[in-house]
Amino acid sequence: MSALPQAEQNELEDIEIALLLEGLYRYYGFDFREYSPASLKRRILERMRAEKLRTVSSFQEMVLHDSACMERLLLGLSVHVTSMFRDPEFYLTFRRKVVPILKTYPTVRIWHAGCSTGEEVYSMAILLQEEGLYRKSLIYATDISHEVLRKAREGIFPLSTMQEYTSNYMKAGGTREFSDYYTAHYDNVIFHPSLKTNVVFAEHNLATDGSFNEFHVILCRNVMIYFNKALQERVHNLIYDSLSMFGVFGLGNKESLKFTPREPFYEQLDERDKLYRKVR
Amino acid sequence: MGYEIVVIGASYGGLSALQAMLPELAPEFPLPVVIAQHRKRDGDDGLCEFLRRRSRLPLTEPNDKDAVEGGRIYLAPRDYHLLIERSIFALSTESPVGFARPSIDVLFESAAEAYQKRAIGVILTGANRDGARGLAKIKSFGGLTIVEDPQSAESRSMPDAAIASTTVDRILPLKEIAPFLNELCHPSQRLLHAR
Repeated sequence: MSALPQAEQNELEDIEIALLLEGLYRYYGFDFREYSPASLKRRILERMRAEKLRTVSSFQEMVLHDSACMERLLLGLSVHVTSMFRDPEFYLTFRRKVVPILKTYPTVRIWHAGCSTGEEVYSMAILLQEEGLYRKSLIYATDISHEVLRKAREGIFPLSTMQEYTSNYMKAGGTREFSDYYTAHYDNVIFHPSLKTNVVFAEHNLATDGSFNEFHVILCRNVMIYFNKALQERVHNLIYDSLSMFGVFGLGNKESLKFTPREPFYEQLDERDKLYRKVR
Repeated sequence: MGYEIVVIGASYGGLSALQAMLPELAPEFPLPVVIAQHRKRDGDDGLCEFLRRRSRLPLTEPNDKDAVEGGRIYLAPRDYHLLIERSIFALSTESPVGFARPSIDVLFESAAEAYQKRAIGVILTGANRDGARGLAKIKSFGGLTIVEDPQSAESRSMPDAAIASTTVDRILPLKEIAPFLNELCHPSQRLLHAR
């Protein structure tokens, strides 16, 4: 194949990617068509190169005819690196402003939408334990990928990340020794099983699935950044419909409710951290 | 002419380079200027506030899906990759690329695809080789590539790597970069060329 000028090659690649996504949706039911295109393209091309393929069209053939290849692509598209107590100030604010509200409830239902490998779920479980809320809480942790959820369920993370997580934990207002929560085993640590007794890990696709319960808290941090504006709007509606009145909604630091159709239905709980409360 | 965006990459030494360069951009500078400066992951480093006070153009860290507007400077937030899609920003928390998040390559490659020959890429000082691939991509789309003269750079690794990666259009001492951009992108220049 002769080398095309960059602009033409780029246009062709975009067409091929649109076709791949259409095939992925129509054959397997996974809908990435409304994902944010720039980062999605990066990840598809990364997977394509890892499969030692040169064109997206050849990648498409393999994805459609080999479900193991599709699984690998799905994992590549859905694993977003996260960390425990990412943005510690967020958790600190959560302790100060949300925990007092939750303490007045008889039971607390929390939804981690797009929980990836579970780092933030375990962070929340630790926080709830320390605040005496865990036993009356139920956390639903959902993601689209079966494989990602398997990892989340295991609660095994690399030992090398613990230094950073410990520092985050302390800045997040942790009241104990972070190492109380895990057992080291060679290069990994396993988090204490008591942290997941009240966690339900389940598959849920924000792009295609609907509301499945009513929650007091929904955290969806750095998940919608992978979606385009139309899909973001859909998910904002889904989250609004899944929140109880006065329920709390947490976004990532660089996400905003501004300019979304649901903005008028929330009030901001905190100026800096992206915590909102449904008020109408 | 017809350029529509300037992307700047900086790493080690970037703080003083940006501090020197940004105030020299004219208040009427018409294009969006988007900066990926390597920075530490945790805690507020005050970089945004620091640069904002020194810039004559409004300077912010964009939120996800914010519009890319001319006459403004945008700084990639810490611990996110910053990408550009046709006239909006997109953020990502994917793995660091070459140990960096924000990655200069990620910003530059996305700008190259979105703006093609209408993108200007500028590589400043840095002690690694981030940005080399991204600058080459801007060049391959016919965009304009500028690298800080390695002689004047606090750390020359990044400029050297960028120069080795493609046929760079301009190699300029730091203090000449902003005046060059002002001249190139001056609103009156645009009108002249539009006629």
